[in-house]
Parts: sequence; C-alpha cells; structure tokens
Amino acid sequence: MRITADSDVCIGAGQCVLTLPSVFDQSDEGTVVLLKTEPDADEEKRAREAVRLCPSGAITIEDD
Amino acid sequence: MTETAPPGTTAGGALPEFPLARECPYQPPSAYTELRTAGPVSQVSVFGAQEAWLVTGYTEARALLADPRVSSDRTHPNFPLPVPGLAKQRRESGPLLGPDVEELLSTLIGADQPEHNRQRRMLIPSFTVKRINTLRPGIQRIVDDRLAAMLDSGPPADLVADFALPVPSMVICELLGVPYTDHEFFEEQSRRRLDPGTMLDAVDQLWRYLDELIQRKETDRGTGLLDELITDRLTTGELDRPELIAFALILLIAGHDTTANMIALGTLTLLEYPDRLAALRANPDLLTGTIEEQLRYLSIVSALPRVATEDIEIGGELIRGGDGVLIALVAANRDGALVDRPDEFEVERSGRAHIAFGYGVHQCLGQNLARAELEIAFRALIDRVPTLRLAVAADALHAKPGLLSGLTALPVTW
Repeated sequence: MRITADSDVCIGAGQCVLTLPSVFDQSDEGTVVLLKTEPDADEEKRAREAVRLCPSGAITIEDD
Repeated sequence: MTETAPPGTTAGGALPEFPLARECPYQPPSAYTELRTAGPVSQVSVFGAQEAWLVTGYTEARALLADPRVSSDRTHPNFPLPVPGLAKQRRESGPLLGPDVEELLSTLIGADQPEHNRQRRMLIPSFTVKRINTLRPGIQRIVDDRLAAMLDSGPPADLVADFALPVPSMVICELLGVPYTDHEFFEEQSRRRLDPGTMLDAVDQLWRYLDELIQRKETDRGTGLLDELITDRLTTGELDRPELIAFALILLIAGHDTTANMIALGTLTLLEYPDRLAALRANPDLLTGTIEEQLRYLSIVSALPRVATEDIEIGGELIRGGDGVLIALVAANRDGALVDRPDEFEVERSGRAHIAFGYGVHQCLGQNLARAELEIAFRALIDRVPTLRLAVAADALHAKPGLLSGLTALPVTW
C-alpha cells in the first residue's frame, strides 16, 4: 500500500492524524504531512479509514 | 425542478414544510425517517415560501457536501436561507445589512473555492490537533473553575447558565483575545441572532463591537488569534478589515453556541440513559467514543443549506443547477447506512464517520477544539458529581427553537 497526500487540497481537519498518528501529521501551516508513504500491515486498516474520513479528498491510497 | 410530482408529496402537490420541528430536544423530527424511507433525496418547502431538496441519506449527504457543483454562496438568489422571508427580502430590497456587514455572507462559511481555502488557510494553524492539545490545560482550568463555582452555589443549579455556556464562551474568548468581561453582551446577541425577528440587529451589534475591539487591538496588541491575524494578515494586506471582523464574528458565535448546546444535551442524554453512564464510569476509556456517539445521536446542527450550480443526479432524483439543497445532518446521522440500530444511543461505538461536523471543505474548523472541550467537561462532571441528576422531569425541559438544537436551561441537583 502506498499513500499520497496533497497539502493544497487539505483543509486541516486533522482527522487523519486522530486516526493514524504514526503515519499522518500536520505541518506548521496545519496541512497534511506524511510520516511514511508505506504503512505497516497493522496500520493499513486505519490508513483506509483515514482516507474515508478525510473531508477534502486530500489523501489517496494505491494498493500494490 | 422535475416536472413529475416528487415522492412524498400529496395529491394536491403540497410539500412537507422545512424546518421540521423536533418533538423532543434530543431526537430528530420523526418525519425525517419517513422522508428517508421514501428516498434519500426529496423535496420540501422552506417556510412555505421556497422549494428546496432535502437530503436525508448518509451516503448522498456526504457525496453532495464534497461535490464541487454544490455552492455555499449565501448571496445566490435561490440560496435556502433558513430564516423566514430573508431570501425574499434580500431579493426585493437588496442588501439587508450595511455594506461591510454583507461581507459576512461571503466569508468562510459562505465562500466557495478557491476563495474559501485562501481564507481558511489563515485560520487552520490555530486549530490543528497539536495546537488544540496545548490548550487543554487552559480548558481544564476553566472547567474546574466553573464546576467548582456551580457546586458551591447549589444544589440545585442550572447546568446551562453555570457550566455549559460559560465554559466554551470563556475558551473561545481566550483563544480569540476577546475580553470575557463582555460575555453577557455577546451571549445575548448570539441568542438574539437565532431569533429571526432580532437576527439582523444582533449581527449588526456584534459587528460594531468587534470592529471597535479590533481597532483597539491595532494600537494595543495583545495575545490572541485576533491579535495574531492583525499582525500576520491585516498589516500585510492579505485581509481587509471587514474580512477580519467577519472572521471574528463567525469564530465567536461558532465557538460557543454549539459546544454549549452539546455539553447541555450530552449531559441530559447521559442522565436519561443511566446504564450507559454507568458503563462510562466503569470504563473511562469509553469517553472518546461516547462523545462521537453523542455528536452523531444529537446532531445539533440539523441541516446545512447549499445551492447547486449545475445539474446533479443523485438518489434517484435530478437536482437542477440553481436549486436549493438542504443537507439534513440530523437525518443522515440516523441512517442505517452509517451504523446498525441508528436510533439507539450506545457508548461502546466509536467512530468519527458521522457528519455532525459536516463534510467537504467546509467541515467544522473548530471540531477538535469542540472534542477537547467536551472530553474535559464530561470527564469533570462524571468524576466529580457522581450523584448528578435532573432537578425537573425531562419533559419539563425546553428546547431552543431553530435549527441549532439546545436547551434553554437544564436544572440539575446532586
């Protein structure tokens, strides 16, 4: 699984951070920052939840 | 609008009237369930004056809130302003508020892309998860202070006046840099703003108050979000004064009314479901999930108004460009598509998939601040007032009128 995040689309809701803080963070501007682009197996379910909860569609997931 | 009679209409073509009244302060109007059974998208008449689409399905509500063909522009002639006669008045006599104050209608909540993001980006840094976490000790102090005062003064007490309203009011004042000593004034104007008869005057008064406050801050800078915005954005020209005043007004109102209502109604819900409260006492880790369930179950913001800018096919209907749309959050959050047994209040459920804070780019800016306040407030009530109970019968409580659900008072004892 590979995650991409578009900080231009991001509106800073922070729901990704609340869902999976080991993968998602917020920059000083408050927009999404990826701490890693390939989550561990035990992070994948919450990564999908983060995509679902993101209100702006800033996060996308590619399954390999 | 479609040419064939939409589902749910009578033979005479009369549409259900919006807003639908809540029979009970913490339950959605039962009519929503009936409408959703007929279809996730249906038509209603807004105060008998204007037709609009009502969206009651969870999947459809989320889709439309994220759809770029759906606009928040309150100046659109067909925008379903949820105040009787307001849209008509505006069409017929032009701007309702002074030219500066009309700015309010195009700011943040009423802005579309790309202007919306330009504005929101100035505020996002103050509402990040990290930043909110730094506010927690301050919120705790305010909660401790207000709760101690309430406990000292009673029993009994009014949880709304003594706790539910002052806590978020003080928190947002500190965050913005608004003097709490003026709180009676702006709480009164916020209350008047929710009454269609006094709304325009209340907005005007709040505008003038904040205009004056910002002028004082320009010469005497303090430490608050308004002061930061003056330094970082006003002096640079990124924001002009009417925009800054509009930000201040929106944040001041949004920051206390809603959270105050959630503290009051959330407390009532826990008192009405003592077995759920007991589960929460036995396992404090359930609090975070409980708050999300309260947000879903109560859905205090009943509906979000929008207008379509292009034709949209959804839920078996065709919404035409220019049609008003009302996204009924309170109905969508009770849709079986979201959770099983949606009309039950269950603390064990966690999940932020509800849309009580909305969805799409306008999703509530202060949602994580609200979550922190609710967590700290409920934890204090649960831990420190174990014998808290209603001082009146639940059916003697009065719901606030209007589209924001709340209680006028919550008499409690212990």
